[in-house]
Amino acid sequence: MAGMTVVQKVLARATGRPSVAVGDVVEPAVDLAMSHENAALVLNQFQDVYKGTGLEPRIWDPSKVALIFDHRVPAESSKTATNQKKVREFAAAQGITKFHDIRGDEGGICHQILVEFGYARPGQVIVGTDSHTTTHGAMGAFAFGIGATEMAGVWALGVVFNVEVPATIKVVVNGTLPAHVLPKDLVLYLVGKLTAEGANFKVIEFHGDAIRKMPVSGRLVLCNMSVEAGATAGIVPCDQETLRYLRDEAGVADRLEPVLPDADAEYDQVVEIDATSLAPQIACPHTVDNVKPVTDVAGKGIHQIVIGSCTNGRLDDLEIAAGILRGRKVARGVRMIVFPASWRIYRAAMKQGILTDLIDAGAVIMNPGCGCCLGIHQGALGDNEVALSTTNRNFKGRMGNPKSEVYLCSPAVAAASALTGVITDPRQ
Amino acid sequence: MPKVVTKLGNDISTDHIYPGRFMATVLPTETPQFAFADFEFNARLKAGQVPNGSIIVADNNFGCGSSREQAASCLKGYELTVVAKGFARIFLQNSCNLGLSTVICQGVEASEGDELEIGATEVVNKTTGKSFPITPLPPARQAIIDAGGLIAYTRRRVMQKHGLA
Repeated sequence: MAGMTVVQKVLARATGRPSVAVGDVVEPAVDLAMSHENAALVLNQFQDVYKGTGLEPRIWDPSKVALIFDHRVPAESSKTATNQKKVREFAAAQGITKFHDIRGDEGGICHQILVEFGYARPGQVIVGTDSHTTTHGAMGAFAFGIGATEMAGVWALGVVFNVEVPATIKVVVNGTLPAHVLPKDLVLYLVGKLTAEGANFKVIEFHGDAIRKMPVSGRLVLCNMSVEAGATAGIVPCDQETLRYLRDEAGVADRLEPVLPDADAEYDQVVEIDATSLAPQIACPHTVDNVKPVTDVAGKGIHQIVIGSCTNGRLDDLEIAAGILRGRKVARGVRMIVFPASWRIYRAAMKQGILTDLIDAGAVIMNPGCGCCLGIHQGALGDNEVALSTTNRNFKGRMGNPKSEVYLCSPAVAAASALTGVITDPRQ
Repeated sequence: MPKVVTKLGNDISTDHIYPGRFMATVLPTETPQFAFADFEFNARLKAGQVPNGSIIVADNNFGCGSSREQAASCLKGYELTVVAKGFARIFLQNSCNLGLSTVICQGVEASEGDELEIGATEVVNKTTGKSFPITPLPPARQAIIDAGGLIAYTRRRVMQKHGLA
């Protein structure tokens, strides 16, 4: 029998079987179940499940549920505030410990918090009511997005129903990323190559020496955007860097159990990429797979620069931007918005003077959260305006206005373009 | 005979179907007002010009992007059927879970106003006389539909766990 990929091994463990094959329908036990503000909808569905049963709704294991407010923080409307209030009361009543409220000492975007606090670990089954739950594959877990009603089932029973074991695409990245070419450029290139549905129903497993040399922060970018090729999950098999991050940065003292693919695992497809030959990339409106080298769109005028999000709002992203902008000015007519992925990152950037550099250049620093990325809370675009953003989606209307355009790029391209007011190659 | 009420292309995202700024509205009874909120189709839906059972035809990767369940519940509110060449995974799951009718039909050819007959194995375009084979839903999804949706399925499983069913 052929060997297994990471996702097969994780699902075999989570179902108590010696092995699983692609296409098997399984019901894995969940190690971590994450929701953000849409926990309000999960809660509604969860209560619906128990209607007429005579049973009291109880979460199967409150220590395995994470609830993190990030999409609209602080609340932009009374409706959101009321949803948050319901979820806050529910978290207290159920004894949910991994609850991250709107707080400077522990808040941030869910996909940063799960990693930063050491909740996401190798070999786990992680589900989240957010498509970018794929991010946590960077820790060697099988992490995937589900709907709110599915999450209600997880809350009740601790399993995900009817999961089809996905096939895996092996992406091998060798070589060294050139100067000013970042993990974001690599993943944009990959999404362009695979297309927006090229990995639909499949998992992307990342291999190669360029991945081994990449810090966790970069791997998070790759897995975060794997869903933009339609992937159920992105996974970087656990290695020394994963373990280093968990011990040294996330403070995890527990014994960890890496899950690695078998040498004879069967892959649906193998994609090889030479990192050394990559140039900075741009995803043009209105699909994430509409990817071109930056040189093809250089000179395009922009109105808003956005650096932040669960994709590129980490400390190294802000450092790169500050390195380019330090002592210089954001071009007149361009507004630059920066929103760090968590308050820990915000605090570190403040302490290191990075935020001061960005503010002096003309940037506006927003509190950590998601709002601007999906046009729900601050940073909306005007009619016929163009944004250049380090976020993950450029769908029509994504940044709050269907009459606007969003281009996606790395923090280096965003910062270089902030100086000129037009899309600019950071290698210049 | 149900008609095609709108014809859409590839990669219709959940931001297109249900814009993010309305995500604080969560209840399936309230989401339909924001279906395709940024597009002309929304006005037709809200004006009651789209009969229940009408059909949206789309190309590949319908429902890509966010996991927001509102994108399925807002269409379910009008009892629409989506016939697409392909669906993004989470949207397809949400639709099956909530009972939104989805039909995978890789070769579908239809224009707005065409009458479609959706059978067990094929979609017949009554206006053009052409028929197109249906790709069955994955068995794991069909199982949820057969159980009457995911709420009913989950309720049964909870009761079984407590020895009540």
